[in-house]
Amino acid sequence: MREYLSNAIYRSQLIDLFFQHIYLALLPVLLAVVIALPLGWAAHLNRTATAVMLGVSSVVYTIPSLALFIILPLAIGTAFTSTINIVIALTLYTVALLVRTVVDALESLPGPVLAAATAMGYRPLRRAVTVELPMAIPVLVSGLRVAVVSNVSLVSIGALLGSGGLGLLFIFGLNRSFVAPQIAALVLSALIALVADALLVLAQRLATPWLRVRSAS
Amino acid sequence: MSFLDTLVTTFHLLTTRDRYLGTDGIGRYLLQHVEYTVVSLLIAVLIAVPLGAVIGHTGRGAWFVVGTSTALRALPSLGVVVLLVSTQGISATWLVLTLVVLAIPPVMLGTLAGVAGVDPDVVDASQGVGMTGRQVLLQVELPNAMPVLVGGVRTAALQIVATASIAAIVGLQGLGQLVINGVYNRDVPQAIAGAILIALLAVAVDLVLAGVQRLLVPTGVQLLAGPRRTPVLLRRGPAREGTPA
Repeated sequence: MREYLSNAIYRSQLIDLFFQHIYLALLPVLLAVVIALPLGWAAHLNRTATAVMLGVSSVVYTIPSLALFIILPLAIGTAFTSTINIVIALTLYTVALLVRTVVDALESLPGPVLAAATAMGYRPLRRAVTVELPMAIPVLVSGLRVAVVSNVSLVSIGALLGSGGLGLLFIFGLNRSFVAPQIAALVLSALIALVADALLVLAQRLATPWLRVRSAS
Repeated sequence: MSFLDTLVTTFHLLTTRDRYLGTDGIGRYLLQHVEYTVVSLLIAVLIAVPLGAVIGHTGRGAWFVVGTSTALRALPSLGVVVLLVSTQGISATWLVLTLVVLAIPPVMLGTLAGVAGVDPDVVDASQGVGMTGRQVLLQVELPNAMPVLVGGVRTAALQIVATASIAAIVGLQGLGQLVINGVYNRDVPQAIAGAILIALLAVAVDLVLAGVQRLLVPTGVQLLAGPRRTPVLLRRGPAREGTPA
């Protein structure tokens, strides 16, 4: 292990793949949040839309990632090894998960609070942004946590096709019976997932000060 | 090869009977994939359901479930399998072990959520008629928890089917073999055929478990759920805490 890490070429490769892994796992989450919030809100307003969107998201969920990584490039004309496939596939999964979460979150809001906001003259859009969205944060973050942790693990699967991330080191180590890069990649991958998860928990605490007041009283 | 040619070749590959026979046939890969899936899912259920049920029943130790679930989820399955096989040698045991680790979080969370989510009045009532804690758990809480519990199992099953594809990378074949062969030999139709079969198997396993869910959820609980707001088919998606694999 020490030999592996003291080799400058290996070390710089490890660092590159580490950052690429973070980028490949987290970029889809950002994209998905931007897409899923309006989608989920629209679904929340209309029952038919809810049914359709939840149906579509279940179907997306059933597609195994490796299958999606193979079929996607064929459908959109990119190379198998392109990291774009990973980003698009993970964005799809994350949107599917978050739309569900957004609908759940909006449906769990207490009616009297919404009625009060409406009575104070809040228009629907303002009410959504300033009242509903902040109150939905705990449920949204629980969805995000699942998405982030599973994305970090799914990026590795993409390495089977030769796209980037720490997963490449698993294959590299396997082909050469070289355990050190595998251990390094495993530890770093788990670290990314756990740190990202912890950051989300922290962000949620900071974003929902009223929850702490309530539990303290 | 054009897009259409690729699809035609893939279709041909999938519909030729001879392709399914023999030791390198699709049939054998399919059978292996199903074997890995069934064995891992059974072991995961045997471990995770009792744990989740007891913790849900006592209401203590939920932090343990949430904590271990996050930790187990953070492990990339591919890395775990590759490391085990590199150090311990090729054996299906390592694949199954990895798949069990993968499947435990959704099953455990589903069981916990189901048991903990049973209406407290119902639990009070069953204690009131003199049931022991064990009877309450087995006769009241678990049957009521069934819809959410099986939801967790379905999520786990989908993840297992998808992740069992990594068997091929460590020489244990399964349907992933078609994908790996296809990618390494630049044989796109074969890779797609593998991908399609894995996806179809996932759908088939999910349908079978949907049937199991119907059998396991008592009629009373089904009635309690009341009129459904969305069609049954759409509602029975993977459990909320589920992740694709």
